[in-house]
Amino acid sequence: MSDAHAHSVAFVRETEIPPSPPPASQAGAIKWMRDNLFSGLFNSILTLLAIYFIYKLVAGAFPWFWNGVWDAESIRDCRDILAERGAETGACFAVLVDRWDHLMFGFKYPQTEYWRPTLAFVLLLFAAAPALFYKYVPRKFLLFTALYPFIAFWLIWGGSLWLPLAILVAIIATGFVFRMVEGLDVNIRSILAAIVGLVAGIGLAYLLYQGAKELWFISNSVGSGSILTMLASFLFKAASVFMFVFFIPMGIFVGYAIYNDAEGGGLVTVVTALFALYLFVAYLVDPVAGAINAIIPIELQAVPSRDMGGYMLNMILGVVCVSLSLPLGIVLALGRQSNMPLIKGVCVVFIEFIRGVPLITLLFVANVMLAYFMPPETNFDLILRVIIMITMFSSAYIAEVIRGGLAALPKGQYEAADSLGLNYTQATRLIILPQALKISIPGIVNIAVGLFKDTTLVSVISMFDIVGMIRGPIQQSTDWISIYWEVYLFASMVFFVVCYSISQYSQWLERQLRTDHH
Amino acid sequence: MTTMTDSPVGTPPESFRLSMLLNDTRYRSLTFQFIALVAIIAFMAFVGGNLVRNLAEAGLNISYAFLGEPAGYDINQRPIEYDSQSSHGRAAIVGLLNTLIVAFLACITATVFGVVAGVLRLSNNWIVRKLMSFYVEIFRNVPVLIWILIIFSIMINAMPGPRAFRGENATSSMLFDSFAFTNRGVFAPSPVFNTAFWVVAATFLLSLVAIYLFRANATKKLYSEGKLIPTFWPTLALLFLPTMAVMLIPANPLMGILFIAVCVLFVVGVYLAFTKIRELVPGDNLGGLVALIAAAGMGYIITSLIAPIIMAIGPALGAGPAVESIMTWNMPELKGFNFKGGLQIRGSLIALWFALAIYTGAFIAENVRAGILAISKGQTEAAGALGLRPNRIMNLVILPQALRVIIPPLISQYLNITKNSSLAIAVGYMDVTGTLGGITLLQTGRAIETILLLMLFYLTISLLISFFMNIFNNRMKLQER
Repeated sequence: MSDAHAHSVAFVRETEIPPSPPPASQAGAIKWMRDNLFSGLFNSILTLLAIYFIYKLVAGAFPWFWNGVWDAESIRDCRDILAERGAETGACFAVLVDRWDHLMFGFKYPQTEYWRPTLAFVLLLFAAAPALFYKYVPRKFLLFTALYPFIAFWLIWGGSLWLPLAILVAIIATGFVFRMVEGLDVNIRSILAAIVGLVAGIGLAYLLYQGAKELWFISNSVGSGSILTMLASFLFKAASVFMFVFFIPMGIFVGYAIYNDAEGGGLVTVVTALFALYLFVAYLVDPVAGAINAIIPIELQAVPSRDMGGYMLNMILGVVCVSLSLPLGIVLALGRQSNMPLIKGVCVVFIEFIRGVPLITLLFVANVMLAYFMPPETNFDLILRVIIMITMFSSAYIAEVIRGGLAALPKGQYEAADSLGLNYTQATRLIILPQALKISIPGIVNIAVGLFKDTTLVSVISMFDIVGMIRGPIQQSTDWISIYWEVYLFASMVFFVVCYSISQYSQWLERQLRTDHH
Repeated sequence: MTTMTDSPVGTPPESFRLSMLLNDTRYRSLTFQFIALVAIIAFMAFVGGNLVRNLAEAGLNISYAFLGEPAGYDINQRPIEYDSQSSHGRAAIVGLLNTLIVAFLACITATVFGVVAGVLRLSNNWIVRKLMSFYVEIFRNVPVLIWILIIFSIMINAMPGPRAFRGENATSSMLFDSFAFTNRGVFAPSPVFNTAFWVVAATFLLSLVAIYLFRANATKKLYSEGKLIPTFWPTLALLFLPTMAVMLIPANPLMGILFIAVCVLFVVGVYLAFTKIRELVPGDNLGGLVALIAAAGMGYIITSLIAPIIMAIGPALGAGPAVESIMTWNMPELKGFNFKGGLQIRGSLIALWFALAIYTGAFIAENVRAGILAISKGQTEAAGALGLRPNRIMNLVILPQALRVIIPPLISQYLNITKNSSLAIAVGYMDVTGTLGGITLLQTGRAIETILLLMLFYLTISLLISFFMNIFNNRMKLQER
């Protein structure tokens, strides 16, 4: 071929032309800018607007940051320094230096003990690591995670070491009791079932008796002013009588049923273990811890809850409430999916009620109302009441997220678990929950982040978390009167760091857990 | 077996043993529910008994009579008549209205922010995309309470006081002579409506109905007869012409008719200029720009030619401009130490409004983005293959599907706004939490009653909104066979 053409054509190229570089407008930064910034009239206008906006933002904020004063006694001092330098604007970051302790720990936590919450925080990172990065951290470190609540409690609240230790021992002992009962001989188990049945029956009957008495008491105190109150009083009386005549025998029957349960299902084991736990905690923990402490006193200075403050309080509330509301949320979600109408109804009412009201009203309940519902003389401290209410709040939201996960599971999973002969507990624990929780991770993380942000609301009921510290002791002090940008920026920053990292973690985890096509 | 079949109906079979209450799945759920019922009743009895005892000990009782007693405190933002002699109940209603006001404003603003940011996050403009991600991440990850306090602090500290507007060498001046931004809030002119206004408003509403009917009819025609009736220009005409006619003609007939004629000329001229030049000049961006400029020029020429004529004829035939009679503006004026008259939008309202809007807008942006991303690209391409034009693809194919994904979370964001508006108490905005759950609670000491009422109020709103949302969801659900 080429030979033939060699004669007929003047020139035949035998080698390829080396590829020439693309035109300047089609390569490098120019092409990128044409594609991404100026790809049309509208886009160009948008780009210019955005650049102008960024310029204004930086031009406004940068001198303020750059001129920041880090070393001053008070806001007047700081302004003097700025005036001396001839700077027009400038931040008074000195307030952060001056009030660092207040922002972090509140104003009542003993200064010499700051290392304790700090250490607890550092340990939190270690305790969370095995749970968060379970693929990369050996499983045995989970033991530390399990121990962490006790360590953190002791570090932050102080007091005798032996008390948290005794509670820990009681819980471990309960585990042993559970194992022991599980492995018992059938004959002994039937005796145990009899005892448990007897105790449960008597306990139930006693509880009902007390309840009926209480209802009667309420009915008497409602009064008989109007038709409405008379009706209410009558209803309470009716409920009370109903409990007396019908429920108490029923309670005994249930006790008898457990007694009859000679095959000893899981229930006997669980009830025995719970009973043992109650005995340990109610009668053994305090005296034993006290006795050991008298011999070998290992104590940290005790800090009452009301002295907690600053960002530490936000962290405590956030971590405690999220960890408590997760199991509660799972239970509520399972309850809402249950086919027992009563249990389902209770869960639905609880969830919808909590989700329908703002957190602030629940905090009001914690602040002024909860005390009315407790027996007289009980003295809950505010932080505990707040923890209860926030936990209830977030558990309702988490329950809804998990319900979404449960509903998203194909029905075949439930049926497959049933057809394998798994009972409800086994199916839930081994088949349903692992998948449902995996689906709900992003939602749960969203709730957790939201909850952590919502812990700032406690400042409204005069607790001194970081926002409370800023609005109270810092902004109202004579030194730093009405300083706002610096402190609020700092507060935003500490929240941003935590919340942003959590949401990034959740996205990472989602990628890790993806089991479909990689 | 025989005993079982022979046993008369109604009596339990003999084989029932008590242990079946635990071991037989048929009865076990009954047992558990019974135990749960007992636990609930016992818990209620425990709580109720404590309540009764505690109240008796404190010498209190449960009574809502305080709602009728004089409140004795002032509320700085009163949508309805209220003074310190009004009852606690009325104070609660004022607070309730204030809650609804701020929630409504924040919902609208948040939707605007959210939709804009959500759409722009998907833009192919790198810098805008990054800017919007920045907005979303910054605002989502910082507590809304801090945002409220920051904006409130800015309103209080960075705005000039009313004093700065005073005197010869005032350091601040009013915007357009009618808006004053001060540290006591924003003062704006408030409209005072005359009777004529309501006629105009009614006409406007009627024309909205007419537009709806017209468009529905056009759609019906399109589907049944295949006739494509133009809707855009008739809609525009229906929207403005009747209202303007009612507004202008009665007061000053000739002036009104002339004015309307100019408007019609203006619109038609601009439209013609735009379409003609659009056809002449090729190219998407350049052509559009040229056409736009030409149309604006055309509009300018028409107005500048005819307006002087009207201005000359008008006053000769009737007195004064016609629009004044519809409504007048109550202007804010500096009197004493503060502005008087007009509408005062307090710093607390603005702080709450914008903080809620910006914060929730970040969440809505994510919902909008997710909704648009949920529609697969194939839908756009399929619609394009059918020959639909881009705006029709958006209106008929993408939006209806995306809205189905966007609206449920959007509504729950509205619920969040309503609930978060209770943070008003932090900046002293007198919403229902501030009046009923704040000052009324402190003054009367009736914690249980006030907090229950408060919860009831929020619960009612939430349940109402979820109710409507369920109806909406059912209507929007994919009709599957």
